[in-house]
Amino acid sequence: MAATDVLKPDHAGSRKHFIFTDEHQQLRESIHNFVVKELRPHAEEWEETTFPNWVFPRMGELGFLGLTYPEEYGGQGGDYYCALVLAEEMTNANCGGLGMGIAVHTDMATPPIHLFGTEQQKQDYLVPAIKGAKIACLGITEPDAGSDVAAIKTRARKDGDEYVINGSKTYITNGHRADFIVLVTKTDDAAGYDGFTLFIVDMDLPGVIREKKLQKMGMHASDTALLAFDDVRVPESAVLGQVGKGFYHIMWELQGERMIGAAGAVAAAQNVFDRTLQYAQERHAFGRPISKFQVTRFKFAEMATKIETARQMVYTTAWRFANGEYPVREISMAKLYASRIACEVADECIQIHGGAGYMKEYNVERVWRDLRLNRIGAGTDEVMLEVIGKSYGL
Amino acid sequence: MVPTSDSGGDPAKCPRPHPGAPGFVDGLPQPPFTERHEALRREIRAFVEAELRPHADEWEAARWFPNTVFEQLAARGWLGLKYGPDADWVADAVFAEELARSASGGLAAGVGAHTSIATPPIAKFGTPSQQERWLAPAIRGEKIGALAITEPDAGSDVAGARTRGVRVDGGWLVNGAKTFITNGVRADFYVTAVRTRDEPGHGSLSFLVIEKGEGVAATKLEKLGWHASDTGEIAFADVFVPGEHLLGEEGRGFYLIMANFQWERLLMALGAIGSMRAGLERAIPRLAGRGQAARHAIAELATTATASAAITHHALRRFLDGGDAVREVTMAKLATQRASFDLHDRLLSLLGPDAELERAARDSRLGPIGGGTDEIMKEILGRTMGL
Repeated sequence: MAATDVLKPDHAGSRKHFIFTDEHQQLRESIHNFVVKELRPHAEEWEETTFPNWVFPRMGELGFLGLTYPEEYGGQGGDYYCALVLAEEMTNANCGGLGMGIAVHTDMATPPIHLFGTEQQKQDYLVPAIKGAKIACLGITEPDAGSDVAAIKTRARKDGDEYVINGSKTYITNGHRADFIVLVTKTDDAAGYDGFTLFIVDMDLPGVIREKKLQKMGMHASDTALLAFDDVRVPESAVLGQVGKGFYHIMWELQGERMIGAAGAVAAAQNVFDRTLQYAQERHAFGRPISKFQVTRFKFAEMATKIETARQMVYTTAWRFANGEYPVREISMAKLYASRIACEVADECIQIHGGAGYMKEYNVERVWRDLRLNRIGAGTDEVMLEVIGKSYGL
Repeated sequence: MVPTSDSGGDPAKCPRPHPGAPGFVDGLPQPPFTERHEALRREIRAFVEAELRPHADEWEAARWFPNTVFEQLAARGWLGLKYGPDADWVADAVFAEELARSASGGLAAGVGAHTSIATPPIAKFGTPSQQERWLAPAIRGEKIGALAITEPDAGSDVAGARTRGVRVDGGWLVNGAKTFITNGVRADFYVTAVRTRDEPGHGSLSFLVIEKGEGVAATKLEKLGWHASDTGEIAFADVFVPGEHLLGEEGRGFYLIMANFQWERLLMALGAIGSMRAGLERAIPRLAGRGQAARHAIAELATTATASAAITHHALRRFLDGGDAVREVTMAKLATQRASFDLHDRLLSLLGPDAELERAARDSRLGPIGGGTDEIMKEILGRTMGL
């Protein structure tokens, strides 16, 4: 074996990671084909208009909205890693807002119904959600309560055999298009963390007001809503999970949300990295491809290392999650690290593109804008650091 | 979706991998590690904490750790974990991580140079009689090995080595100098890169095992850190080396170097993980009540340590697969070495004077240099991407 053999290119994509099987690979390919053929061509357009609702029934038809759910509810019965594959492959749509809209539906709003819901709730909401016939959103954040979930003010007051809900929710992904919301409310002011309850609320009930479509820095293909709830009356059967256990339920949900967010961030970073690598080999300056400059090469080496490191954090943490651990610390670390490196990579890719990177045409500046959300959503970097630090007793 | 359904999503009822302790590996052992490896880890850790770490200050001051350490380790079978019929490279990886807990980078370097740098080429390329002569006593802790590649004028650029072996009756006559050789003074044999033909470049590099003896002179170098280790400069003056001391094929030395680099770099990454964990475990209890900035600083550093473990264990798995792991191993080395130094440097800032942390900071500074500098790692990665 010569030195050149030892140093031969290997992008690791040819060999499976220990968490994946051939089935995952097949799933990856089929999602990839669908995304590239049916979604990516519309990315520019949807950036202006937000993505259309038909994406949900189409993905439902293909089975992509229920990958991890049991077959009895119309799901595919896949393991947790299938959710990672979906999150990763959706980034190939080059449309961050689209990926987010789907992820909120599949991995944020519906998992609590599957885990904590009654059989009736699963039939009424999970089954149509998996089909893409009903679109889901998740209501946690409020104008005065973001990362500080315990500060939420939306109240659900018991009135006979009904609950009356008042309050507002903001930054709600899918909020305008959703058919139902999984809503975090306070049902007992005096009970502290034991005073929260989840509800499933139909968005067409009287008193549910979709106030405004929020304008954002990025994720333009996604609709983000400010919602108001004005004396919305729901039956007791709308309670999701246990009364008083909503805080714990939603903390559990957030773990999955952070995992999926981290997986998506890594894949998005890989995507923009790949495109930039190609650009650097084609773009000439000072008489050679810019990839031939040592500093450019070093930038790619550093970025590739960060991306692979983040990916391994996500995969190994997902393995713990899937094996029944509740690895809050590792999930927080993976989310923190992946979000940060994704932003760094996107920024460096703009730099390598130069002026072209600043233009819309190359779709690098969009990635840069879209990814910035990852350091804020599902718990900010600072919240992750709090969680990690406190896990060590500090 | 996720098997925590019996918990009702209540964190208090969920299985907790981290019951509040600052341990880092108390969840399920993750591939490639198994319960058996975790048992070995506990055994090695207990030994290192009880028998080695208490002497770290003393050995640092003496600029030497005693050769009896090799015998102690050999008695437990730890110098030969990846050799023989029960060879287990994962066990050797555990050994590398845990040896970092000796709080003496110099000691870990000396033992690592022996087990993972000097002896693997003999195991891989040596004939049975060569293995009998050098590998077997090395595993028994009776003979100490060193790998001699770097020269005063050829560091990361190994193809520039000039130490020359001239063909004579029955062998070679070797002249030249090697430097920065770990175990350079104490070694009984040197696995040495020698130019056996006149052409420049790497096509004329061969490996000869040179035993300590006439014409071989070693002097100890003073360093920034790794004080317990004897880093030597070796001069070879008309040293006769018998023909049967040639390791592998003549002119194929560069391949031998490249083959071994992967494990050496992996070893450094594993050592950095062990060292980072040990540093954090030492620092965390002393930072209780120091407030948010300290809490976040530790969270940042712990994330770095976890990220380092993720990429390193990935590289280890790839290496064990038997395929080409250059990309992953190179990434692991690049990701961990500067990170380990930065971590210890930051811990020093947080905690103030502390002999162990100060030593760890000095010791870890070699990381981005030894085994191929960070810049070389980036060059290699650039090449794997076709740049």
